[in-house]
Amino acid sequence: MEYLDSGGGSSNVRQQQYSLICCCRCGLQIEPNPTNMCVNCLRSDVDITDGIPKTSALSFCKSCERYLQPPNQWVKATLESRELLSVCLKKLKGLNKVKLVDAGFVWTEPHSMRIKVKLTVQKEVMNGAVLEQAFVVEFVVQPHMCDECHRVEAKDFWRAVVQVRQKCDHKKTFFYLEQLILKHRAHRNTVNIKPMADGLDFFFSKQDDAKKIVEFLSAYVPSRSLTGMPEQPQIPLHGLADVYVARMSDLGVNDQQFHCRTHLGYLLRTGDTVLGFDFTNANLNHAHFDKLKGDKIPDVMLVKKVFDRSKRLRRRKWRLERFDGADELDTESVTRDYNDFLDDLEEDQAIRENVNIYKDPTKLSVEEDTDDEGAPQISLQEMLEDLHISEDATGGEGAPMME
Amino acid sequence: MAIRAQFEGNNEVGVFSKLTNNYCLVAIGGSENFYSVFEGELADTIPVVHASIAGCRVIGRMCVGNRHGLLVPNTTTDQELQHIRNALPDSVKIYRAEEKLSALGNVIACNDYVALVHPDLDRETEDLLVDTLNVEVFRHTVANNVLVGSYAVFSNQGGMVPPKTSVEDLDELSSLLQVPLVAGTVNRGSDVLAAGMVVNDWMAVCGHDTTSTEVSVLESVFKLSDHEPSQIQTQMRDSLVDT
Repeated sequence: MEYLDSGGGSSNVRQQQYSLICCCRCGLQIEPNPTNMCVNCLRSDVDITDGIPKTSALSFCKSCERYLQPPNQWVKATLESRELLSVCLKKLKGLNKVKLVDAGFVWTEPHSMRIKVKLTVQKEVMNGAVLEQAFVVEFVVQPHMCDECHRVEAKDFWRAVVQVRQKCDHKKTFFYLEQLILKHRAHRNTVNIKPMADGLDFFFSKQDDAKKIVEFLSAYVPSRSLTGMPEQPQIPLHGLADVYVARMSDLGVNDQQFHCRTHLGYLLRTGDTVLGFDFTNANLNHAHFDKLKGDKIPDVMLVKKVFDRSKRLRRRKWRLERFDGADELDTESVTRDYNDFLDDLEEDQAIRENVNIYKDPTKLSVEEDTDDEGAPQISLQEMLEDLHISEDATGGEGAPMME
Repeated sequence: MAIRAQFEGNNEVGVFSKLTNNYCLVAIGGSENFYSVFEGELADTIPVVHASIAGCRVIGRMCVGNRHGLLVPNTTTDQELQHIRNALPDSVKIYRAEEKLSALGNVIACNDYVALVHPDLDRETEDLLVDTLNVEVFRHTVANNVLVGSYAVFSNQGGMVPPKTSVEDLDELSSLLQVPLVAGTVNRGSDVLAAGMVVNDWMAVCGHDTTSTEVSVLESVFKLSDHEPSQIQTQMRDSLVDT
């Protein structure tokens, strides 16, 4: 504690100017000052740090390494940083009654959970004398998990849920949706994603985030009652051909054959299996169709060739990212749907554009066997180099939520 | 000797009393405690008189006086003047001063021989001072303050000036007044000395807050000790008395 030189002139000049007086308390010879008391006596009379706590506590969230800045802000601050100092100073009540001239850290062992701050304050005491005093405030760092980490820890905490449902017998739309969401990282703010029987549940801690994903979904999925695959675009390659086909159910039963003209001529060979519409057995309830004359309607219209699934699966050198726990519900039918979806990806470049396809390092070594069927494949150029398995698809460990 | 007193809880005893070697004026208060302090010490030797000046209790600031006389401001009523005249010894000349700085006690400090006055004091008042109080008059300031009567106090034995008086001022005043001077405080560090204490050649009364250190300083400079010269007088005199 010391007096401040409030008047002009150095103390040397003052010493010449004024005679010494006795401190009015103890009789010590001192220079005149506004209280006419020596520093020691004044210190016993007044304590300018009175009202400022000498110890305090800081709340520290271990999991995100942030400090609580009252009332409810959490700030990142390293030890001995400017930010931490401001957090410490805001914890101290009574600092507004004095003038703070200096503040700094006193080194403490990082694991001691103690932070010491040295403060220098000034305050006017009686008769306009300004006193300056330095003192140390000790902060105890107390572990206190912040709300956000709490929310992440307790996985089931949510404020809003978006339930996406589709009533149909396959799950291809959801596989596509999953890939869309992964590609655009639209699931970034989700607290949790749960696959349900016929859809997905997205959980959010904020309603705004939930609204965002609803907007995202409605932008990419055209309607609420999506019942099939997205519209097939034009297949670039065509080859007109006359073919004779027989129903699989007829094979070995009768010799009924249908003649049809198809655009798949470039692909088909004798003995291939194809999918198509059988108009002879179709019950179509459609005004325009009814107007067509019977001899104009083909018996059969071929749509696509069927490739050998097991062979395609074996030759597939790529794979997709999945949601965490998305394969928990995988039944045989779901796996079949998923593989159908992968087939669709190979066949249709337009769908592929919205999907991140990753090289599968376990399959790349499989040697190329000659493809006599001409099944469509995805070129290596379209595959992304690296799928980091370690990075959790739902936002690993909740880390991205902190951003 | 120096004694401590309070006027109705107020430590500024010099405001409510006027002490000289020949008489003592005490303000009329709600209780007689303050008066009793003076009466107990002085009644045997000099008259101790209840007085008011211009209806005020702050008589110490209103009037100025010494062994030879008393000057009161022209606002003093005839009745008050008559009362004081009746109570004081006949040797004491009493006059009203036609002075615009009417708080005479604030602008004039004196002992029985010399007076320090406010630099702006009227020439007539100065003449009246010479005639009434038989003093030599010096226009001066103490510690850059013109209210010499408030801040400086001295008797025929010695005097005290506020702590912020420069060494040059102290030397000059000391040679003018021909008494040893010291810078000091009363009432726990107050530099308004004449308000905090009254003194004559053998006793002093100071405010209740005055510390023992301050008492010993003023006893030593005003030479009020009953007994042998104290340690302060012998050993610390050189540093205390800067003449």
